[in-house]
Amino acid sequence: MIGDTILRLNHISKLYPGVVALDDVNMEFREGEVHAIVGENGAGKSTMIKAISGAIEPSRGTIEINGEVYDKLTPKLSREKGVAVIYQEFTLVPVLSAAENIFLGEYILNGIALDRKTMEAKARELFERLHVSIDPKVKVADLTTGFQQIVEIAKAISKDAKILIMDEPSAPLTITEVEAMYEIVDRLKAEGVTILYISHRMEEIFRLSDRVTIIRDGRYIATANTDDTNKQQLIKLMVGRELSENYPERDKTAKEPILTLNKVTGNGVKNISLEVKRGEVLGLGGLVGAGRTELAQLIFGSEKLTSGEILLDGKQLQITNCRQAIEAGIAMIPEDRKRHGIILDMSIRENTTMPCLERISSHKVIRSQEEVNVTGKFEKSLRIKTPSIEQKVKNLSGGNQQKVVLAKWLAMDPEIIIFDEPTRGIDVGAKQEIYEIMNDLANAGKAIIMISSDMEELIGMSDRVVVLCKGRMAGSLSREEISQESILVKAAGIE
Amino acid sequence: MKRIVKSKEFAVFIVLLALMVFFSIASSQFMQSKNFFNIAKQIATVGICSVGFSFVLITGGIDLSLGYQISLDIVVTAVLMNNFGVHWIPACLIGMLLGTSIGLLNGFIIVKTHVAPLIVTLSMMTILKGISYLITGGLAIFKFNDAFVKLGQGTIGGVVPISLLFLVAIIAIGSFILNKTVYGRYFYAIGNNVEAAKLSGVNVQRVQMMAYSLCGLFTSIGALLLLARLNSAQSSTGNGYEFSCLTACVVGGVSSNGGKGTILGAIIGCMIVGVLENGLAIMNVNEYIQEVIKGVVLLAAVIYDTMSLMKNERVKKMKAINAEN
Repeated sequence: MIGDTILRLNHISKLYPGVVALDDVNMEFREGEVHAIVGENGAGKSTMIKAISGAIEPSRGTIEINGEVYDKLTPKLSREKGVAVIYQEFTLVPVLSAAENIFLGEYILNGIALDRKTMEAKARELFERLHVSIDPKVKVADLTTGFQQIVEIAKAISKDAKILIMDEPSAPLTITEVEAMYEIVDRLKAEGVTILYISHRMEEIFRLSDRVTIIRDGRYIATANTDDTNKQQLIKLMVGRELSENYPERDKTAKEPILTLNKVTGNGVKNISLEVKRGEVLGLGGLVGAGRTELAQLIFGSEKLTSGEILLDGKQLQITNCRQAIEAGIAMIPEDRKRHGIILDMSIRENTTMPCLERISSHKVIRSQEEVNVTGKFEKSLRIKTPSIEQKVKNLSGGNQQKVVLAKWLAMDPEIIIFDEPTRGIDVGAKQEIYEIMNDLANAGKAIIMISSDMEELIGMSDRVVVLCKGRMAGSLSREEISQESILVKAAGIE
Repeated sequence: MKRIVKSKEFAVFIVLLALMVFFSIASSQFMQSKNFFNIAKQIATVGICSVGFSFVLITGGIDLSLGYQISLDIVVTAVLMNNFGVHWIPACLIGMLLGTSIGLLNGFIIVKTHVAPLIVTLSMMTILKGISYLITGGLAIFKFNDAFVKLGQGTIGGVVPISLLFLVAIIAIGSFILNKTVYGRYFYAIGNNVEAAKLSGVNVQRVQMMAYSLCGLFTSIGALLLLARLNSAQSSTGNGYEFSCLTACVVGGVSSNGGKGTILGAIIGCMIVGVLENGLAIMNVNEYIQEVIKGVVLLAAVIYDTMSLMKNERVKKMKAINAEN
């Protein structure tokens, strides 16, 4: 029955050697509700999801699904009981098509052969429900991150889940995709599906959820009806201290232009002309696939121009690879941190000095002391939380990993810094720090280009916003003109 | 101290000690100093080649042509000395230049065509084999200048083999390149995450070519010592060395998946392979059974390497949870 308890956690604890990931957590979820779960990175959200999905065994406590009590679940049992999870990390097979991924493990067969037609037709239906146009035949590897996430969602809802757990589903999505996803959440809720919605983003918690539970340091803190609470209260409960998700102030006096793009074409973008000034944050808005990252790749030299020109301080830049762009004073903090930003198995020191290694070496021999000094300087100034600079980057939290990416570029002292989704997957506290660093850089006269799909961030941080749509410039908005509506209108290509 | 005990090299070293204890119990001949210097002379070539080979493995590549690089290097050097009367020093330099060039060619083809290193170097192996047999016609070339032969057979004070000094020097040079120079750092970076390395401004193609060239250079030095020790050059001489080097490196913890490993580990791996070969020979184990054992050792090492990589992934996830909490 709608409103009855469908899932209950009784005194769940999970202990890892030396660490308590979950500490005596009690929670209950009602059938047909959207229940948001919030907490900083490391609060224990992921561990909790894994306990429910059967990926881990709780050290103590029981889980009750539809009145049946279990000491532990297995992934299979959990699935049979109607639990489906959309994890932060994708579980898709890149070489298979979208349709094949959706039905992976539960292929529709035509005798002994795969019935591709039926699977593709069913996949198409699912995508239509999601209001996206993805060709079911296309390989997942050829899809952008945003579209891959949508395939993942389609895969989960294809299994008629009774309890759908969504772990930050909107993080990689853009405005229209997020809107489409909200609609699906609403529809699934109307169908009686219980949704556990894990998120960092305040606006979507208030848009979607009926109730919200806060966890912190592995402990249950509180549950509230969403209508009875507010953003400040939630943030306070999450971090256990006063902290506002505000965007810090900055001198808004942009100086002379440093980077000029003149009819830049190539890599899927057409005819982009814009100017970036010292001391400003230029936001790049638009949908996934609008060409924002592609434009950044052209500026950074990882892809080639087919026509047009890029001028740095009025001089034409001839860039054919990243090295040249880096030497010219351009840095890029990429969207996919783990694949493109850092080398997980190497230390903070080795990551930090990767671009500047030649500068701190004589005759190709690294000057060790200087390397330690450079790393130590940024470890301090960026407040990277680590026992030692010899720590491998894979052992750091998302926010600290992002700081290592920043450190390696700041060590090059760049003039132009491109931030592609700078705070994705980073918790509230570290987000604030990243914003402050960006402001300090702008105040120091650096030019910043920021690509963001997070509306609040784009509006809060940018001095100007250039909106792209289908690889073309849809418009440029000054500080006064920036608003959610004006960006959306241009991004959708309505004008 | 704790760090040393926990390191992979230490674990491999324990395996080496265990093997030595086993063989010394199994055969009275094993524990003789003469035998140890035999092992040292035998592993000098594998050891030197493994230093270069580990560079290639660390960048995420492989060089299967290494064995027949040895054959061609020694055959060409031998022909220069005996048939063309070239003094042994310039002949050796030409041999080293040849080795470096073959490595560079391997690297060039791999970075420019993006064909898998396994395929490129396998093809190269067959090409080099063919060329080397064309030169010798299958016959042996022997008897070289005494000064040259002394490099492989001679000792200092009748105790320390000269080839062992070369090995030590190459280990020192290899470790220096890997740990102290930008190239070593780039080898690891490329082997771990080639995309991130490229986006950090690393000239990936040049560094990869560097790794293959250095592998070719070190291989040729190992080849020349082998030539001096055998005092004879045959096209079949190098056959199987790529296998020994691969086994040595992987046993010593240089990952066949790239990005991990040390020269020290590779050398301990060489010692294990050397002791194993020597011990089995002393015990008069059937030659074909020796082959089977060598294959099993490599397979076991590769399985262990890959499994521990997968286990690491799990540990990493757990650690991430712990770190966050």
